Amino acid sequence: MPELERHSFDVLVIGAGGAGLRAAIEAREHGMRTAVLCKSLFGKAHTVMAEGGIAAAMGNVNSNDSWQVHFRDTMRGGKFLNNWRMAELHAKEAPDRVWELETYGALFDRTKDGRISQRNFGGHEYPRLAHVGDRTGLELIRSLQQKVVSLQQDDYAETGDYESRLKVFQEFTVTDLVLDDGKVAGAFGYWRESGRFVLFEAPAVVLATGGIGKSFKVTSNSWEYTGDGHALALRAGASLINMEFVQFHPTGMVWPPSVKGILVTESVRGDGGVLRNSDGKRFMFDYIPEVFKDKYADNEAEADRWYADPGNNRRPPELLPRDEVARAINSEVKAGRGSEHGGVFLDVSTRLPAEEIMRRLPSMHHQFKELADVDITAQPMEVGPTCHYVMGGVQVDPDTGASSVPGLFAAGEVSGGMHGSNRLGGNSLSDLLVFGRRAGAGASDYVGGLSARPVCSDEAVAEAERTAVAPFSGSDAAGENPYTLHMELQQAMNDLVGIIRRAEEMDQAVKRLEELKRRAATLVVEGHRQFNPGWHLALDLRNMLVVSECVARAALLRTESRGGHTRDDFPGMDADWRRKLLVCTLTGSSVEVVEEPQLPIRSDLLALFEQSELQKYLTADELEG
Amino acid sequence: MGYQGHFRVWRGSDEGGGLEDFTVEVNEGEVVLDVIHRLQATQTPDLAVRWNCKAGKCGSCSAEINGKPRLLCMTRMSVFAEDETVTVTPMRTFPVIRDLVTDVSYNYKKAREIPAFKPPAGVAPGEYRMQQVDVERSQEFRKCIECFLCNNTCHVIRDHEENKESFAGPRFLMRVAELEMHPLDEADRVQEAQSQHGLGLCNITKCCTEVCPEHIKITDNALIPMKERVADRRYDPIVWLGNKLFRNKS
Ligand code: SF4
Ligand code: SF4
Ligand code: FES
Repeated sequence: MPELERHSFDVLVIGAGGAGLRAAIEAREHGMRTAVLCKSLFGKAHTVMAEGGIAAAMGNVNSNDSWQVHFRDTMRGGKFLNNWRMAELHAKEAPDRVWELETYGALFDRTKDGRISQRNFGGHEYPRLAHVGDRTGLELIRSLQQKVVSLQQDDYAETGDYESRLKVFQEFTVTDLVLDDGKVAGAFGYWRESGRFVLFEAPAVVLATGGIGKSFKVTSNSWEYTGDGHALALRAGASLINMEFVQFHPTGMVWPPSVKGILVTESVRGDGGVLRNSDGKRFMFDYIPEVFKDKYADNEAEADRWYADPGNNRRPPELLPRDEVARAINSEVKAGRGSEHGGVFLDVSTRLPAEEIMRRLPSMHHQFKELADVDITAQPMEVGPTCHYVMGGVQVDPDTGASSVPGLFAAGEVSGGMHGSNRLGGNSLSDLLVFGRRAGAGASDYVGGLSARPVCSDEAVAEAERTAVAPFSGSDAAGENPYTLHMELQQAMNDLVGIIRRAEEMDQAVKRLEELKRRAATLVVEGHRQFNPGWHLALDLRNMLVVSECVARAALLRTESRGGHTRDDFPGMDADWRRKLLVCTLTGSSVEVVEEPQLPIRSDLLALFEQSELQKYLTADELEG
Repeated sequence: MGYQGHFRVWRGSDEGGGLEDFTVEVNEGEVVLDVIHRLQATQTPDLAVRWNCKAGKCGSCSAEINGKPRLLCMTRMSVFAEDETVTVTPMRTFPVIRDLVTDVSYNYKKAREIPAFKPPAGVAPGEYRMQQVDVERSQEFRKCIECFLCNNTCHVIRDHEENKESFAGPRFLMRVAELEMHPLDEADRVQEAQSQHGLGLCNITKCCTEVCPEHIKITDNALIPMKERVADRRYDPIVWLGNKLFRNKS
């Protein structure tokens, strides 16, 4: 066995999307020697796929906007299950994080008076999303990447080494965290290319690994989204919350099969696109839930007037929160009013002139032209729900991103609480920046306050190594193939814990997952550790299985429908359930889910809402108290 | 609908390799990357390929298909005849790591050599004011997904390893142009573009522009204006002294 490669840093950031890079920048600016570990090349993270924009109440387009309004929209979108402190910090700090991006060199689209332009989006009361056409995620990643490079240039000027304080290790996978007496001591993993093992010694780790979508069959998520950070946290002893809430984006591509699930940005609807069924009917008017009746138009004339005159008209129902729209599409298709390939029609071609579509939605135009041979300036798109985002994640302290494990922090999609039961579009990119920065600062303060550095023991490292090579040592005869297991897992999650859920099906899912877990113990991969996708998948499967189990078990327990958790057998929202969080932990290889009371919302924040609205969500004694 | 397609894929490492023939199922609506993945899943479990978004947005899956630099995920199988052999090789300008995966560190190295955006002194965050027409030129360049196909194509380095040291490639010469055209940037990189990043080596063949999957007019909108800039300044340096006409002229 060759000598183990070792590195030592103050702060390790796992993941190089928006949250990871923002955390790394913050840690470096706090004077920490910081490493970023990412599975893809630097600058390729899934954040590039975000299209619509960054939600921040700058009030550039409508000066009535404020953090209070943004906070309200976020809480409404999450059906009041959100961690209110996170929603508060997010709404207050998002504008500063966007403006800061401009100092990194970002170039957003502008208003007439030269400020950052803001667009409408589902669930946001005012035009709020800073954007660059429909490629905002790319702008965000590139700006952060270029900021990292500029810090490295500063370090080069000072030390003669670009990487003396901030170094990116790309195409690298972390398989386990190493602990010392319950505290973070480092991380163990392998170079994807060579399969060589590396130990990073560091007293603080920021998880910024994104989501879990690859456990589902139809998803907008890339191969990286295998729930690594969720699983690393569980195995280190941290807890996950809200795992039952999975967002199905209403509009993914449905055809051709090879691109099924790829995202169609919500901006198509924000900019005037409408949803129609096979009868040509704008069906969303039939799906406005009671709680939203006063905010959404119930007729086409009013809905169409809203684009020009939002002050005097209610919004088009196409802009309802994502969970509502996804369910509506699902129902239309089930009722036999779907499109040829099992979706519905999203049409912007009859709504905007062709050149306007090209200007506002260039990458959508490109995507449909190249991948589906559809010209969106002349034809409708076929769309259907796709697994997009997990609201659940590591339970963290809102202010610092700290988990319950000393030295372990989390930010972005891998953390839980901020979005409650359903995330609004545009609130993801702002979440990455606000809490990426806070986790970077939290980790730095933690390291600064340590009197002694935890140590990675030889046994712990040997154990991590044994686990990583296990798939090579199975006996071939009974061995399971990772690709087969993965497909079965995706099918089970899609069919049994998907967009609409029932107790019997979820029971079945839990049993199926138990069985898959057993079979995964006998996974066998051929060949050697040098670039071996089968081996990579085998290790990723370990994460997907445990995270899927959290989703299924929590979903089974929550006997109500709320946001990204819809139950056929319990269709209503239940105010008692709003006060409860489902907390997942791991003991050995078994997932345990327990109820925990949700902290009551601080009274000054509660006062931002009308009593009549609170009545829809809170219990009688909460309202009195 | 489906048919058996004929593929020829380069396999090997930095120590050498060659083309291997495969017969593999191709289905309606698929792109080349789908077929490469099918090969991985059914015939060659260790075939190395880099990809991520599968939607032409991350720039990971660059390779050469029938000799043309392209994204594997945005090349539809329907552009080939069913009996046509589809040859897939790694980008030629960068060293092979394995199979279709190349070592693109040249690009990251060059990115670091371009001085970063220099924020305007005395303008607080939140106070930046720029007109849409003024940001649009740089925005075009910021559509770049860093697939590095342009750098792979440019003959200055494709056939001349020795030029890599002194040539940043179209991608990063364009980055210089992007920063120079940023309405609020306060650095000056024009002379450096010529003296250190090899702008002079570009003879505006436009091959980079032709392969750009984002259809960025690299040569016309970035390289040629930069060349004019350098020439102007040589001719009359006074005009440009401490002056930012390049970015403000509309
Ligand atoms: S135009 Fe210049 S940079 Fe582009 S390929 Fe030709 S020589 Fe290279
Ligand atoms: S300019 Fe075009 S070809 Fe070059 S790296 Fe960017 S996207 Fe790729
Ligand atoms: S996989 Fe992202 S561009 Fe091809």
